[in-house]
Amino acid sequence: MPPRLRGHPLADLHFGDDQPTEAEQAAIDAIVPPADAATVVETERIVRGGRSRRHGLRHLLLPVLHSLQHEIGWISPGGLNGAAERLGVPPAEAYGVATFYELLRTTDPGHRDDVVHVCVDPACAMAGNNDLRTSLEAEGARVHDSPCLGQCERAPALFVQGVGRPDRVPDDDDEEFSLPQAGDPGLRVLRRLGEVDPTSLESYLDHGGYEALARAIEMGPDAVIAAISDAGLSGRGGAAFPTGIKWRAVADEPGPDKHVVANCDESEPGTFKDRIVCEHDPFAVIESMTIAGLATGSPHGWIYIRGEYPRATARLESAIAQARVAGLLGDDVAGSGQRFDIEVRRGAGAYICGEETALFNSIEGFRGEPRNKPPFPTTHGLFSQPTAINNPETLINVLDVLVDGPDAYRSVGTERSPGTRLFCLSGRVAVPGLYEVPFGTTLGELLDLAGGPTGSLASVLLGGAAGVFVGPDALDMPLSLEDTREAGATLGSGVVMVFDDTVDMEAVVVRIAEFFRDESCGQCVPCRVGTQRQHEVLVELQSSGQPLAPQRAELIDDMALAMVDASICGLGHTAASAVRSALSLGLIGNSQ
Amino acid sequence: MSSVITETAVTIRVDDQEVAVPDGATILDACDAAGVETPTICYGPTLTPVNVCRVCVVELDGSRALVPSCSRPAEEGMVVHTDSERVRHSRKMVLEFLATGVDVSQAVELSQWAEHYGADPDRYVPGGQTMDEPVRVQDNLYIRDYDKCVLCYRCVEACGDDAQHTYAISVAGRGFGARISTEFDVTLPDSACVYCGNCVAVCPTNALQFKTEFDLRQTDDWRPEDQTVTQTVCSYCGVGCNLELHVQDNQIVKCTSPDDHDVTSGNLCIKGRFGWNYV
Ligand SMILES: Cc1cc2nc3c(=O)[nH]c(=O)nc-3n(C[C@H](O)[C@H](O)[C@H](O)COP(=O)(O)O)c2cc1C
Ligand code: SF4
Ligand code: SF4
Ligand code: SF4
Ligand code: FES
Ligand code: FES
Repeated sequence: MPPRLRGHPLADLHFGDDQPTEAEQAAIDAIVPPADAATVVETERIVRGGRSRRHGLRHLLLPVLHSLQHEIGWISPGGLNGAAERLGVPPAEAYGVATFYELLRTTDPGHRDDVVHVCVDPACAMAGNNDLRTSLEAEGARVHDSPCLGQCERAPALFVQGVGRPDRVPDDDDEEFSLPQAGDPGLRVLRRLGEVDPTSLESYLDHGGYEALARAIEMGPDAVIAAISDAGLSGRGGAAFPTGIKWRAVADEPGPDKHVVANCDESEPGTFKDRIVCEHDPFAVIESMTIAGLATGSPHGWIYIRGEYPRATARLESAIAQARVAGLLGDDVAGSGQRFDIEVRRGAGAYICGEETALFNSIEGFRGEPRNKPPFPTTHGLFSQPTAINNPETLINVLDVLVDGPDAYRSVGTERSPGTRLFCLSGRVAVPGLYEVPFGTTLGELLDLAGGPTGSLASVLLGGAAGVFVGPDALDMPLSLEDTREAGATLGSGVVMVFDDTVDMEAVVVRIAEFFRDESCGQCVPCRVGTQRQHEVLVELQSSGQPLAPQRAELIDDMALAMVDASICGLGHTAASAVRSALSLGLIGNSQ
Repeated sequence: MSSVITETAVTIRVDDQEVAVPDGATILDACDAAGVETPTICYGPTLTPVNVCRVCVVELDGSRALVPSCSRPAEEGMVVHTDSERVRHSRKMVLEFLATGVDVSQAVELSQWAEHYGADPDRYVPGGQTMDEPVRVQDNLYIRDYDKCVLCYRCVEACGDDAQHTYAISVAGRGFGARISTEFDVTLPDSACVYCGNCVAVCPTNALQFKTEFDLRQTDDWRPEDQTVTQTVCSYCGVGCNLELHVQDNQIVKCTSPDDHDVTSGNLCIKGRFGWNYV
């Protein structure tokens, strides 16, 4: 934990007259008790906000705002003042943070009802989200449109944000969980899912749990990292960066203030794998993070999970608590003599917070704006300290690498993409759901595994909104890093969203453009304005019913090039990619 | 900032020139040293670079995307192109993008660069989103016209970490809806603002304006060409801040302080900045 500032109360912060109500004060106290209030040391002449307050209490800002939102239904001026004062954060900056997130309100809703978030992204649109919304509204529900809720396999999706009551996902209640591939001997990452009791450490141990950690302690950090490099493990969060290189870099930094972060923000439209894995195999996430902590010499673990995943959050928290009791987390992890523990942080509705540096800013209590790179997270990550950040799917692969060895790991997949990959199948496919296949499996084989397309296949969105559309001619494409790259496509976060010839593709593409416009952090000009103007051009196209005019096509290309070349982060870099592939495949832009 | 610059030099190539700059200097510094002019909007010599506007991008050999010259440290052996097709395109697009949603009519430098790169803000879909903010006139000292705001973050930095440590304003909202704001958009008198005017001094677009200038512009009577600037030392306290008094028709119409002044770095307090209002 970062050190807390102690000393005199903050004298110089200026607050307006609005005071927190009793209920608001209680919501704040629940996260930061009065005795822990921020203070400045005597030598601090001036209030220190901004970057210099990184190491104070500021990292509790988002949890406090969550608490206010949850108990009161919005962040009022009094509530914000109370939170800002308790944490020693300037109120203007706290407001900047509160207004960044979709799940936090800064205007009085005038009611204390739950809010029902209805997904408006393509898998749910194809599954009739409009009818669902209409019937919910008829029942008097407070409906709010939401980007992909990470439940595309059971579209149309809902998330209920509770006021004074727990958040919930109605589909969680009546789900009989089973994997489409249940019992398949080829499963690796998914093999425990549906077999192991996700609420019981004992059950996890019965299924071979914590063998990998024991191996890791035996092998020592260098051998662990060497094995991961030998296995050729690459990141599954989108960028496919070699995990061994990342861990090596963090291990080589002097300690002890280093961090391991599991990036469970999963908000790429069409992606739901991390939710399923965290809900049904949470101990595997905890165990593999622990291995990362010991291997890189980082005592601090963090899980950043999107706010719309209440069940996955609860199961991870329970797994952490059980691991602590069993001595598998804490001051002496499994007798290794090393310290490692994990804190869970919830996102609050912002796709951009899945970008690693935006995620760090979000945990630190700043706006979720990405940082310019370099410097990279391995040297300047969370709290500007060395950080290894990985997707949970990447992390879980580490378990097999250590237990079976790199050679066995490489026995499936391709030479340059060893191992298996999780794919999230949704849309017009017979059995939507989470699938695991060796890298190099063709798109056609994967679709067959899911019972094939329903209807006449028109296109597949590969890699999510940040990916590209491919046509039926791509069914022979092997799903490996190298083959997709060569084809100008990407596996991204493993999205395979299937469209047949009855889907209105203009509406789909306009929605993708709207997604980027809504989710841009707004920091850099190419993306803030580019995503807005791109959406406007597509809306114009949609309403015109005409083919795309040449000067409009040129404008789209001009905007895309500037977003790719000059944006700060991957959101801007990829914001035009699906749009342009839809145009070049002729899915949109032709006369009707 | 100057404190990190040491005597060791790094040599980098800017277009066809080799230039040596001190260790810790940026690519922008190297461009300056090579005599290559670079457009900047969010960069300020007295501010920590936030590299958000992206108008200063250059092409760096070995880097897939363009890099912001204002924040990227120069490293030995770098090869930088400042006038390639890609650089000109991205710079043009940034300037074009800004002009589609923001009133840049009083952003003199920005408009000159827009012309230089051939920006054409008229080729976009008619009726597109704009900033669309009312002018905030909340006191007699300065006004905020966020229709002119390019979200360069300079005022936020000046009010916060880089100068004033008051943190009265922040960026609020997200995406195209992002705006500079006090908490809940309370008026400046109700906010933490101490009226140092340091935000006004760094604003590149005149979104933040002295009330005197605003009033004169309302009556079409703002004539910079008829103004004289008088250097003086502020007499309120013993610090000795340099003031530049801008005078039009025998009236002081605004007050600045030189960026390179070693006491102020362009910053003042309410007395120096606005004290003449009461004299
Ligand atoms: C806009 C954007 C959103 C992202 N969202 C996620 C995400 O939700 N989960 C994730 O693991 N990585 C996400 N990433 C990638 C992360 O920045 C980072 O590369 C990844 O977490 C590293 O883990 P890995 O090496 O295991 O893939 C995102 C990147 C961008 C640009
Ligand atoms: S590219 Fe978009 S999301 Fe990324 S920093 Fe720039 S504005 Fe923010
Ligand atoms: S006048 Fe000074 S204190 Fe007020 S907003 Fe501007 S920089 Fe901040
Ligand atoms: S008000 Fe001026 S200084 Fe502040 S962000 Fe806008 S343009 Fe930049
Ligand atoms: S949950 Fe609706 S598209 Fe993912
Ligand atoms: S001047 Fe460099 S990014 Fe704005």
